[in-house]
Amino acid sequence: MYVAVKGGEAAIANAHRLLADRRRGDRSVPALRIDQIVEQLALGVDRVMAEGSLYDRELAALAIMQSRGDLIEAIFLVRAYRTTLPRFGYTRPIDTATMQVERRVSATYKDLPGGQLLGPTFDYTHRLLDPELANDPAISEPEQREGDGQRMARVSEILAHEGLIEADGELPEDHVPGDITREPLEFPMERDIRLQALSRGDEGFLLALGYSTQRGYGRSHPFVGEVRIGEVELELDVPELPFPVTLGRIRVTECQMVNQFKGSAKAPPQFTRGYGLVFGQSERKAMAMSLCDRALRAGELGEDITAPAQDEEFVISHSDNVQATGFVEHLKLPHYVDFQAELDLVRRMRGEHDKRNRSDEPEQREAAE
Amino acid sequence: MDRRQERELEAQRKAAMAALALAPADELKRLCSEAGISGEAEMLRGPETGLVSVRGRIGGGGAPFNFGEATVTRATVRLPSGEIGHAYALGRDKEKARLSAIADALWQNPARRAEVENKILSPLRAAQVEADATRRAETAATKVDFFTMVRGED
Repeated sequence: MYVAVKGGEAAIANAHRLLADRRRGDRSVPALRIDQIVEQLALGVDRVMAEGSLYDRELAALAIMQSRGDLIEAIFLVRAYRTTLPRFGYTRPIDTATMQVERRVSATYKDLPGGQLLGPTFDYTHRLLDPELANDPAISEPEQREGDGQRMARVSEILAHEGLIEADGELPEDHVPGDITREPLEFPMERDIRLQALSRGDEGFLLALGYSTQRGYGRSHPFVGEVRIGEVELELDVPELPFPVTLGRIRVTECQMVNQFKGSAKAPPQFTRGYGLVFGQSERKAMAMSLCDRALRAGELGEDITAPAQDEEFVISHSDNVQATGFVEHLKLPHYVDFQAELDLVRRMRGEHDKRNRSDEPEQREAAE
Repeated sequence: MDRRQERELEAQRKAAMAALALAPADELKRLCSEAGISGEAEMLRGPETGLVSVRGRIGGGGAPFNFGEATVTRATVRLPSGEIGHAYALGRDKEKARLSAIADALWQNPARRAEVENKILSPLRAAQVEADATRRAETAATKVDFFTMVRGED
């Protein structure tokens, strides 16, 4: 017999109304505006764009406002929104060598062409809270200096001349880039699909996995060859125009991790590479992504797969925080019938267990004697 | 018109459309209203918002991969004089797309091109060049100048 249970409509409606009230908070405090979030919580907006896998600052800011600052909830909202829009096409691949660079550092070359540009970084700050900020102090304009306009070659191009570093990752000529928004995940997968999953993957999860490789679980001897942040132009081929049309610019963070590699049956000693590419200013995420990308190439490079970070199915299946939160959080939804069934089962098992113990007792005593 | 001239014209139109796509929406709306070109154009498509899948390359220069999506709004218009204009730009601003498509259509009319160049595109380009230069100079000020500490007598 199946008995449907209804109810809770009024409770749900009132809960949502209460949520709206609590989201807004004290009405005597001015409401946040979208442009305030875009401008002043910019890195939170960037994270929502990266893991929501949708570049649109205002939408990400709206999602942060609606989710009361719960970024995973905001990412969920953005992912849901994107399913409502038609797809116009695939852009031409961005060229990070022509980036309008806002930050660029290398831990491997002090004097690389274009130099070390710190940009707006938290590095070298003392991590002391600044109570003055609460009083909205006047902030001075940034210093300016004449740039030398030097083309900033990617660091991989520098090492490539010696032949000691592997080339950018190539796939067969006829390979069509995979798209996890169109086809379900299948293992094993090509590196292009893995990178798509990692780029939208949870920053905390990838950070922990990258950290685990540094602590010895799949050690990969990494150096930051280069991190660069800045704007790149997007171009799209459309049938109605005889040229690729410029769509505008997006800000991305790119990380080239360079890894010392002692060689294997499959590849000679050289520097191998892990790659990270993420929407917005998201340096930690791009670095974690590149560590995970390199770890996941263990099979391709003939390394033993011994650590969680090297296990493709484990990493990629659990990197999406919308999927993860959906499955974990669904546990709080009503499971009354499941639980009733389990309760019944455990009761029966316990009854049988007790009965068995009782009938075993005399024999046990005998055996003990 | 020979093939070379045709290519040159295409490159100019591409650059004009790029300037429109890169323009801040408010600035474009202001310039269009000042130039009096918000006018009558038949909408052939949109303005409509959709997505593009954004591609990067493995290692920066290797095989392409999809790494996320972006919102894009596009529009196509026809002017009473027959020119068809297109617009594509990141974001969800439909009025920006509509105005950009009208500007593209007007640009294709040789009699109106100079007007579009002078009143719309030139100010947009100048603002963009200036914004880029400022950003570059601000970044350049954070460049590390290494110096060597000489230790000892020789």
